[in-house]
Amino acid sequence: MGKTFAEKVLARKAGLSEAVPGQIVEVTPDLGMSHDNTAAIRRIFAKLGLDRVKEPERFVVILDHVVPAAQVQYAENHKDIREFVREQGIRFYDVGRGICHQVVVEEGLARPGDLILGADSHTTTYGALGAFSAGIGRSEMAALWATSKLWLKVPSTIRIELYGRLPELITAKDVILYLIGKLGADGALYRSVEFAGPLVEGMSISERLVLSNMAAEMGAKNGYIAPDEVTFEYLKGRVEGDYEPIYPDPDANYEEVLRFDLSDLSPQVACPHTVDNVVPIEEVAGKRVDQVLLGTCTGGRLADLRLALEVMGGRPVAEGVRMLVLPASREVYVKAAEEGLLKKFAEAGALVLNPGCGPCLGAHQGVLAPGEVCLSTSNRNFKGRMGSPEAEIYLASPAVAGATAVTGEICDPRSLS
Amino acid sequence: MIKGRAWKYGDDVNTDVIFPGRYTYARMEPEEMAKHALEDLDPNFAKEVRPGDVIVAGKNFGCGSSREQAATCLVAAGVGAVVAKSFARIFFRNAINNGLPVLEIPEAVDAIQPGDEVEIDLERGVLIHKGVEYRFPPLPETVLEILQDGGLIPHLKKALAKEG
Repeated sequence: MGKTFAEKVLARKAGLSEAVPGQIVEVTPDLGMSHDNTAAIRRIFAKLGLDRVKEPERFVVILDHVVPAAQVQYAENHKDIREFVREQGIRFYDVGRGICHQVVVEEGLARPGDLILGADSHTTTYGALGAFSAGIGRSEMAALWATSKLWLKVPSTIRIELYGRLPELITAKDVILYLIGKLGADGALYRSVEFAGPLVEGMSISERLVLSNMAAEMGAKNGYIAPDEVTFEYLKGRVEGDYEPIYPDPDANYEEVLRFDLSDLSPQVACPHTVDNVVPIEEVAGKRVDQVLLGTCTGGRLADLRLALEVMGGRPVAEGVRMLVLPASREVYVKAAEEGLLKKFAEAGALVLNPGCGPCLGAHQGVLAPGEVCLSTSNRNFKGRMGSPEAEIYLASPAVAGATAVTGEICDPRSLS
Repeated sequence: MIKGRAWKYGDDVNTDVIFPGRYTYARMEPEEMAKHALEDLDPNFAKEVRPGDVIVAGKNFGCGSSREQAATCLVAAGVGAVVAKSFARIFFRNAINNGLPVLEIPEAVDAIQPGDEVEIDLERGVLIHKGVEYRFPPLPETVLEILQDGGLIPHLKKALAKEG
């Protein structure tokens, strides 16, 4: 019987000839990633009584969650982190470089066949490049700093095959919201997910990253997409050295194989307060909003900004609506500036903010008051996530965000073209 | 032996309502974290929880953000264990790594009502509620060792000391 991607990659990283679902293996990741939580991880690490990170070259730290610091305590954390990475010789990206999951990809730190563990739940993102990447906790990152090793349970695998051609203005975000709605927030719990099929093969890296990113929202451990010419082309000039892609065997033993034809997909919206509360846009169109957030590790890439502007079509942001635009990284910011996108957003009345996570986790840069409604391109709509527990968050694509910003109500982008 | 009253909640209790994001990058000691435990789900919980109390919930408990404080704040609040139909994977790991027993016993979840007395014997692998014993499969050895040492950091400290 053939092997799934997860079984193959975990066997390789554990130095075993094979690994089977349910087995616990001890692995050494190729990369360990942490962000603003590095300050807290450092405090945990100190409890171990160690001075030195065992293999600093395996780690990266990226400041993105509350940047620039919104309060003194955040500033103290950042200061601690800068001191720590300098003292340990850990690769570091300071505030302004961008959201960790975009920076890791842009900097070529995630390669096909790699094992990446990150102290962030959306670490699943790098699966889009053919890596096995999963989120872990802070104590686990401290343990990795100390020993370079961690236990993982080998997951069983669900393969999701996507067919058809997406209609105009329908995006990867609509695809993944649709799938989460179908499977549920625990539909892939503890499982490895492999996204495959012609529809996925036809997607750009930017789109594939959205699928793998939000695999976390169906409970998946990781979300793999087989690396191909599109992947190799993207990685050219970004990745140093060789890498060894890993592919599932054609006769791999899947727990489940799901097939969807998405040729008739309409814009999808996740309603409060869970990501799997998904409806086609017709059911919520017309809902008044106070804020539109275009950005985050799910919806802040260059293609997302272009698409939102295309849908806005030169119209101004509607009266009474605050539109926040956060490019996912400095690279995205600079390109968006070169293309004149940032100017167009500003002229339309939007507020262009620095790259970072800010409003998505309700830390700063646009939190919601009780009773307010936000339409967001981000990946979570939990109660209280963006500020008041009495606020409502709707999740949708950048196209829906653009349409909603200019009409002031949740709006089908196809109705504006 | 873990013994306490049950606090019962539904499916998909996420880490944002267990420990809100507005506190997650603040410097906070566990005692302070305990005051915000379940703040956006049940504002009475932190005020009324007693040592040994057990959280009983539906499927996918702890979904969402990887924030470890979701487990740390419950331990600091005195929670003896969480019993659920299933757990989100990062929360499951964080709970073990903080020395918090997490048990999947779907039948017990259906039977237990808010405020009921619950007893759990980890060694025997049994939960007792109203005289009925619910058995649960033993945790993997790797996991049990971490739990017995009081979490990953004390466990690792012990291992490092042994290596000398």
